[in-house]
Amino acid sequence: MHRTKVRVVEDALDANNTIAGANRGDFDRADVTVVNLMSAPGAGKTTLLERGLAGLDEEGLRVGVLEGDVQGSFDADRLAILHIPVVQLNTDNGFGGECHLDANMVRSALPDVPLADIDVLIVENVGNLVCPAEFRIGEDSRIMVCSVTEGEDKPLKYPLMFRACELVVINKVDLLQHLDFDVDRLEANIKQVNHEATVMRVSAKTGEGVDEFRAWLKALPARVAAAAIHAHDHDHAHGDHDHGHDHPDHEHATA
Amino acid sequence: MHEFDLSSAIVQTVNKHAAGRKVTHITLRVGRLRQVVKDTLLFYLAIVGKDTPCEGATLEIIDVPAVLRCKTCKDEWEIEIPAFICGTCGPGAVEVATGEEFMVESIEVEDEKEAACTAPR
Repeated sequence: MHRTKVRVVEDALDANNTIAGANRGDFDRADVTVVNLMSAPGAGKTTLLERGLAGLDEEGLRVGVLEGDVQGSFDADRLAILHIPVVQLNTDNGFGGECHLDANMVRSALPDVPLADIDVLIVENVGNLVCPAEFRIGEDSRIMVCSVTEGEDKPLKYPLMFRACELVVINKVDLLQHLDFDVDRLEANIKQVNHEATVMRVSAKTGEGVDEFRAWLKALPARVAAAAIHAHDHDHAHGDHDHGHDHPDHEHATA
Repeated sequence: MHEFDLSSAIVQTVNKHAAGRKVTHITLRVGRLRQVVKDTLLFYLAIVGKDTPCEGATLEIIDVPAVLRCKTCKDEWEIEIPAFICGTCGPGAVEVATGEEFMVESIEVEDEKEAACTAPR
């Protein structure tokens, strides 16, 4: 038996990224801006949506939600009061659920999502600070919710997640008076790993700062569209696509 | 914990390129910023690869250091902690030069005869 070395040089997540690209194509054709909403369990994603999405349709933004959960429809039931399209996506495949959504799971739920009737689709990911950051689902933007009960050091412990996000919502600021928590330090740590991130201080419970979140969301479709036009012009100017892969030379790596 | 899903992604990629041939060795290139725990990855790869062409393959991981580059002053430096700031120019123009890789670099497969690589690209 002869052994052959096969050069592969392929991102192991290419299969996921290909499906994410197909999702993105469907979203673009339907003119829907997609947000991947991530956080640790219990940071307040669903509460932020309950408060943040209420009445947005009357202000001209039609939002739908794809609820990713390991099991059950508790979150989708909570959002039913908003009278917006909410689709439940459970990751439990029989022997315990997945800890994140991947592109294929989102794709499987798309037939149930009324893309023609919405401007923005918010995909509420499974609560987890590690895996969701690695799997693109075809989103235009990523938001993470980080609550003040989690510790100021979280950006330094989960840089992969914090670096992936365009907006970090610091939630539960109404609790600050009861906690020994330095919210300025948290914000400095966020900026240390992701200087570009927009940071908001919010209490989804009292409503403090929620208007800022709503305004951000309302401005998102136009901003994403403008960025796409810019990227398109950039591609034409340079005649090449930047795939974002860096291939370091062998001598830079240590085996 | 993400190592389980990463293992599945590796096995899927490797088996595609193996095109039915038995895989004896896998070389990965993993950037430090991916926060992959090697022992955990090895543990899961053995489970996920079972009953596939990957079963029993040895694994080699090439560590890629986390190197940042400042777009302003063009300086490059390796980081040991997650501080994405240029000491000279501040945090604004820092980009990751290396450290985000999660690649299957190469595989070694058993061939019936000495033939050139026919794996799909």
